[in-house]
Amino acid sequence: MSGGRGGVVLEAVDLVKHFPVKHGLFQPARHVHALDGVSFALKRGETLAIVGESGCGKSTLAKCLMRLTEPTGGRVVLLGDDITHLGQGALRGLRRHMQIVFQDPYASLNPRWSIGSIVGDPIRLHEKVPAAERRRRVAELLETVGLDPGFADRHPHELSGGQRQRVAIARALAVNPSVIICDEPVSALDVSIQAQVINLLKRLQAKLGIAYLFISHNLALVEHISDRIAVMYLGQVVELADTRSMRRELLHPYSKALFSAAPVADPDASARRTRIILAGDVPSPVDPPGGCRFRTRCPWKQARCADESPALRAVGDRLVRCHFAGEPGFPAPLS
Amino acid sequence: MSAVLEVADLAVRFRTTRGTVNAVDGLSFAIGEGETVALVGESGSGKSTAALALLRLIADPPGRIAAGRILFEGRDILALREEELREVRGGRIAMIFQDPMMALNPVYTIERQIGEVLALHAGMGREARAKEVVELLRLVGVPAPAERAKQYPHNLSGGMRQRVMIAMALACKPKLLIADEPTTALDVTVQAQVLDLIQSLKDRFGMAVLLITHDLGVVAETAHRVIVMYAGRKVEEGTTAQIFKDPRHPYTQGLLEAAKWEEVEGAMLREIPGAVPSPFDMPKGCAFSPRCGAALPRCRESVPPLVEVAPGRPVACFVAQERAS
Ligand SMILES: Nc1ncnc2c1ncn2[C@@H]1O[C@H](COP(=O)(O)OP(=O)(O)OP(=O)(O)O)[C@@H](O)[C@H]1O
Ligand SMILES: Nc1ncnc2c1ncn2[C@@H]1O[C@H](COP(=O)(O)OP(=O)(O)OP(=O)(O)O)[C@@H](O)[C@H]1O
Ligand code: SF4
Ligand code: SF4
Ligand SMILES: [Mg+2]
Ligand SMILES: [Mg+2]
Repeated sequence: MSGGRGGVVLEAVDLVKHFPVKHGLFQPARHVHALDGVSFALKRGETLAIVGESGCGKSTLAKCLMRLTEPTGGRVVLLGDDITHLGQGALRGLRRHMQIVFQDPYASLNPRWSIGSIVGDPIRLHEKVPAAERRRRVAELLETVGLDPGFADRHPHELSGGQRQRVAIARALAVNPSVIICDEPVSALDVSIQAQVINLLKRLQAKLGIAYLFISHNLALVEHISDRIAVMYLGQVVELADTRSMRRELLHPYSKALFSAAPVADPDASARRTRIILAGDVPSPVDPPGGCRFRTRCPWKQARCADESPALRAVGDRLVRCHFAGEPGFPAPLS
Repeated sequence: MSAVLEVADLAVRFRTTRGTVNAVDGLSFAIGEGETVALVGESGSGKSTAALALLRLIADPPGRIAAGRILFEGRDILALREEELREVRGGRIAMIFQDPMMALNPVYTIERQIGEVLALHAGMGREARAKEVVELLRLVGVPAPAERAKQYPHNLSGGMRQRVMIAMALACKPKLLIADEPTTALDVTVQAQVLDLIQSLKDRFGMAVLLITHDLGVVAETAHRVIVMYAGRKVEEGTTAQIFKDPRHPYTQGLLEAAKWEEVEGAMLREIPGAVPSPFDMPKGCAFSPRCGAALPRCRESVPPLVEVAPGRPVACFVAQERAS
């Protein structure tokens, strides 16, 4: 493995994924625009969070990067090698460098396998170690994610949702990958175990330099764990910046609305907060609106937004996809 | 407030090759009309098992409802015949499952699946059903609902699938909604919309809700009362304000501490030290004692019973009980 440029371990270049939608036999084919030109570079030891509303393309992005679904366009570069067109055999070898924790812990574990075989599988595939050694490592991995090693003999259907998710995390950690794509890795866990898992991910990152692509709806968690945040809307990145500067201010109208809606674990605070409620329905990703994709719901939209689609451009230290971002006082507070 | 649901001394056990798991043990609670009760607690503490038991959906074997009584609108659920039970499920009591595949059939379109519920419990005709399905999908915030209705579960994102399940559960305006992690896959804006929808059904039809969630923000915003579980048992109960402001059980206290992310910028998050005991190797005495900073010698000897430390505030902890007396 050569490693990537400037410490970049994983790169998405203009990724596009369209799903055909079936209609009548003689109607023109239409497509769900799940991803439309997504680019970013993930550096060694970095955590990049992907946030955005349900259906905006986060899981599709994860699957394209893993080549579990074939991108319609664009490229995926892992450790300096273009893997976009690699055959399945060669891909399998590369999987040890990039692992994934799936969103749905009920669908991601093979129901016929024991927990021990599931967690030990990447070790079996990628490392020549005796079975006893593998069992020892599996026991250790289970303990690392807060499960009793006795779980190795059990099967997925005997586990609670959170226990399954921890098995998936243990499996991803088994072969010390360079990149782990985490699709909602902790939302099925109680907050104490979430904290345990997050702390573990951070410790491993500090020790081994693992990079995380971290998909989550939990914005407080995202702010805590990530170095940078990318906000997606309808298949596109609309804002990408350092977590610290995102905490200070948000320049894209959609980011502003998104972050204003987070619930707070305090009955008093939740009564006081003001949310930006977005008017209008989320547009269909089948043939999304022309111009700015957010214009059907944007409280700040203007005539130009319908005619011209904004490019993702640099504003100060960040990237924003809005015509007016960077103008003084934009977006102005709503009355 | 009259109780819609009353659960007394519920116990569920699973038989496994390694021994018996007491997944739920001596659980009692009640939910009043229009009330939202949140069930929170450690992953693996028996929340989903308890919820499934309420509808007798525990697979037997390996599971068994070993003891208890479940009264819904005065009817004894455990005594119902299969066909009576089917009528209650998805009709008077609806459930949003943590496992999407408990609710969604991968080979049917969304329209057909929600339509079946409407046909079964609301006796709607074909055209009315098709319209109602689209309306329901719209209500739970699924964009382009008419197109989505024609798709299959695997064509949808995680959050859309979850909203389809919510739509299906709300289709018949149930008297009791059991919602097991209903919003884990939803972004905060959709979550707010779904919670508003549930609230409006409560206001209009007096729907009661048993809410299982790890999201304490959602609990704070929606629940009237909170039940905290640990290792299969209820360890504390109180109004939402009481639990958040004055948690008495050391587990609850640790849980709330762990939730305070905003305050620990950069550094490591607060965890409750140690791990949940293995169900095959439960500690003697209080199940939380190996991890409890306040533990006394007697905590390792006998199991603390649930005792009211204040009116409506049962807590299963010796130390909390002593402090209160
Ligand atoms: N196999 C598929 N066939 C057709 N459409 C699909 C398929 N997979 C995903 N889509 C569509 O692509 C879009 C993006 O879905 P994706 O699962 O990536 O969303 P997401 O951002 O992960 O959402 P969530 O937060 O709900 O998990 C959605 O409109 C979804 O319906
Ligand atoms: N079919 C089964 N066979 C054996 N054990 C089981 C079975 N189903 C559940 N269990 C065990 O019962 C306990 C309670 O599980 P349950 O799913 O109710 O937890 P939960 O509180 O819902 O957790 P989570 O928050 O992770 O969803 C767990 O220890 C689990 O491993
Ligand atoms: S370009 Fe226009 S519609 Fe789009 S986010 Fe900016 S102001 Fe809103
Ligand atoms: S009974 Fe003892 S060990 Fe259990 S929670 Fe209370 S103080 Fe801790
Ligand atoms: Mg997803
Ligand atoms: Mg559960």
